Amino acid sequence: MGEKGSILQGLIYPRDKNRHPKALTPNYKSTLYRSPQMPPLPLESTISEVTGPVFGHNTIGEFDSDLTRNFSTGNEMAIGERIIVHGKVFDENANLMPNVLIEVWQANAGGRYRHFNDNYKVPLDPNFGGCGRCITDKNGCYSFYTIRPGAYPWPNGGNDWRPSHIHFSIFGRSFAQRLVTQMYFEGDPLINLCPIAQTIKDPKGLESLIANLDMGNTIHMDARAYSFNIVLRGKDSTIFENKLNGN
Amino acid sequence: MRRLDRFKETPSQTAGPYLHIGCLPSKVGINSPMEMNLGNVLASENAKGQKITVGGKVFDGKNSPIKDGMVEIWQADADGIYKSNHSKSYQSDPNFNGWGRSCCDFETGLWEFKTIKPGPIMLENGQFMAPHISFWFVARGVNLGLNTRMYFSDEEFLNKSDPVLKKIKRKTKIKTLMGIEITPNYYEFNIYLQGSSETIFFEI
Ligand SMILES: [Fe+3]
Repeated sequence: MGEKGSILQGLIYPRDKNRHPKALTPNYKSTLYRSPQMPPLPLESTISEVTGPVFGHNTIGEFDSDLTRNFSTGNEMAIGERIIVHGKVFDENANLMPNVLIEVWQANAGGRYRHFNDNYKVPLDPNFGGCGRCITDKNGCYSFYTIRPGAYPWPNGGNDWRPSHIHFSIFGRSFAQRLVTQMYFEGDPLINLCPIAQTIKDPKGLESLIANLDMGNTIHMDARAYSFNIVLRGKDSTIFENKLNGN
Repeated sequence: MRRLDRFKETPSQTAGPYLHIGCLPSKVGINSPMEMNLGNVLASENAKGQKITVGGKVFDGKNSPIKDGMVEIWQADADGIYKSNHSKSYQSDPNFNGWGRSCCDFETGLWEFKTIKPGPIMLENGQFMAPHISFWFVARGVNLGLNTRMYFSDEEFLNKSDPVLKKIKRKTKIKTLMGIEITPNYYEFNIYLQGSSETIFFEI
């Protein structure tokens, strides 16, 4: 590949369909009217998919990664079990990924979101907003302080409860790497009962969404640690753009 | 050769109905943390090119606009250059940020972006892709983010030779990818998740 006009650095590996939930998963009722009925059209990545937005560390405010304090008034802190969630972001080729922007949102310790559409009877915590952001450092590591979110019931039919979870939104370097997912907690019996967690049919895939209790990184007399590593799609550096129109 | 010891991608899960808390907190009245909301204005005053608004709704299988979803876009500048370190030989417009995010309005479902019309994009083999904007949509009930592209219906000539559009076998479906200028400089692009007008989604 020449230097001039060197706009592609290789194509993104195709997504492993068995790794992700199908679009239509009837036990999760909201998918019934929101899942496309035609299969998506495979598109070998062009520069439009290989490139993507890059966010700098200046995107992040001082307290963005401390959910126990970033919504508090004065010196108050959020109520709940203090935890640190940390991990590394890799691509599929096992490269660590620096400068990955991660956004998180979650319910409070009782299982209630600060959102006007959530009217679960649990009270709001005046010192908890439920949102945070961080960016991976040069070694691909991220971490944030928060409280363990509570489980909550949701209208899906039956007696459905969401396991404790934190929502993650992740930006790699390519638009094709964009990912939204949820992190669960080791040992939670609700995971195996949850219609959303169970949209993932590959047991190893679901397991990879469950954060492990990590006593080695506990902060003394402060917070337990949970570790959660993330893998974004990787690039196949052996295939180049001339394949784009070659088939 | 492909490495055999590849890691596997983290599986996707739905963004759920409360994605605003993490992605556009000011939209649900959370203003103190995350002051810098990532928003829907891509072009600053001095950006090169035709200033346009792109807006639309995402319709579900009952033909109702989705009101709890989020749309993100990524596009090239007026010269067809992406703001990205992938194109070292070309400098993209410093007054244009190629990425934006907009949540569906809670009342109407409308999302909008203030941007510019992108230029045609040259591929290394000299071919051009017609001007287009890449879209990504997540919401409650969407298990894996949906990717599509908006092309411009007034770029007939370039659209005809676009390598992606050329691959679409059902030619009648191409119109689901067309943004239409409904008033000067306002392009409407509605997305249909199901039904006879279902949008073409791409597995990118
Ligand atoms: Fe949730």
